[in-house]
Amino acid sequence: MTGGGQGSLQRVAQVIALVGVAALLGLLIWRVAFKDNTGAADELAAGKLVDAPAFTLDRLDRGGQLALDDLKGKAVVVNFWASWCIPCRDEAPVLQKTYERYRDRGLVVLGVDVNDFKADARRFMKRYGITYPVAYDGKGSTVGKWGVRGFPETFFVDRTGTLVGERIEGAVDIERNRETFERGIALALADAP
Amino acid sequence: MRACFLVLFVVALLAATASAVAAPSPSDLEAELVCPTCKTTLDQSDAPIARKMKQVIRTRLSEGATEKQIKAELVAQFGPGVIAEPPKSGFDLLAWLVPLAILAGGALGVGAIAWGWRRRRRDEAPAEPLDPALERRLDAELERYDA
Repeated sequence: MTGGGQGSLQRVAQVIALVGVAALLGLLIWRVAFKDNTGAADELAAGKLVDAPAFTLDRLDRGGQLALDDLKGKAVVVNFWASWCIPCRDEAPVLQKTYERYRDRGLVVLGVDVNDFKADARRFMKRYGITYPVAYDGKGSTVGKWGVRGFPETFFVDRTGTLVGERIEGAVDIERNRETFERGIALALADAP
Repeated sequence: MRACFLVLFVVALLAATASAVAAPSPSDLEAELVCPTCKTTLDQSDAPIARKMKQVIRTRLSEGATEKQIKAELVAQFGPGVIAEPPKSGFDLLAWLVPLAILAGGALGVGAIAWGWRRRRRDEAPAEPLDPALERRLDAELERYDA
């Protein structure tokens, strides 16, 4: 190869390397600046009006599937939990009592069992006498959309399907967050404007 | 007699291979499966669900389940993301092809550069002979140095 040929080969290699670096840099900028990777929880915390992210999942309490959209017209307390989560055991009786107390007023407690074995989840439900509907999300497909950071975590959805109140990270607890819990229920039950 | 030993050896080797395929060790499987909450392989995770999955793997292996069966059962519960290796189909195939393409491209590039260097050295003009006066002076200097 002549000196000119060698030089052009080097130039081609340099251009390829530059294009590669530019592509990676572009990907990084796009990922950081433009990709919307915030869940509903972050938007809710920022004071935005957020529709509860839709999902359709298999039911654990009985056969068939459950879509969040099917519950429009009702107030919904959405509780993300797992049988291996220790604080979930503490709040299970509180959620069951809430369901029994407010059911006639049009409130549904909806459990979403995440990253769990179905058999373990059913044992948990039996042990804690859970009778409210429970959907199974073994893959954790709801976690990102809702912005769930850990288990348990509880959200409140009003009759129009909009998230209201503040979400509760950790177990629903009489001493720690009872006020937030009751305010969330009241907002969810409030009539649509 | 020698043929008999050879046949026995081959049969034993095949049996050992077959048993190795049918019954992987729990640690093999733990390195190939991902904890759904922390997204690391099970052997590197101590999350509650990872501990539970390890327990299920050990139980199913002791029951005689194969690696394929166990993986299928876990995929049914937690989805395909529970397998550490990306699938060799669809868009995920890129995860396998891109590194190979980069490796092949790199090898081609190195080959092309090496070929270019070789050609350039061959094409380079031979060094010009020294001026006779300079050569004589250099010889004299070297002789004096040796002495």
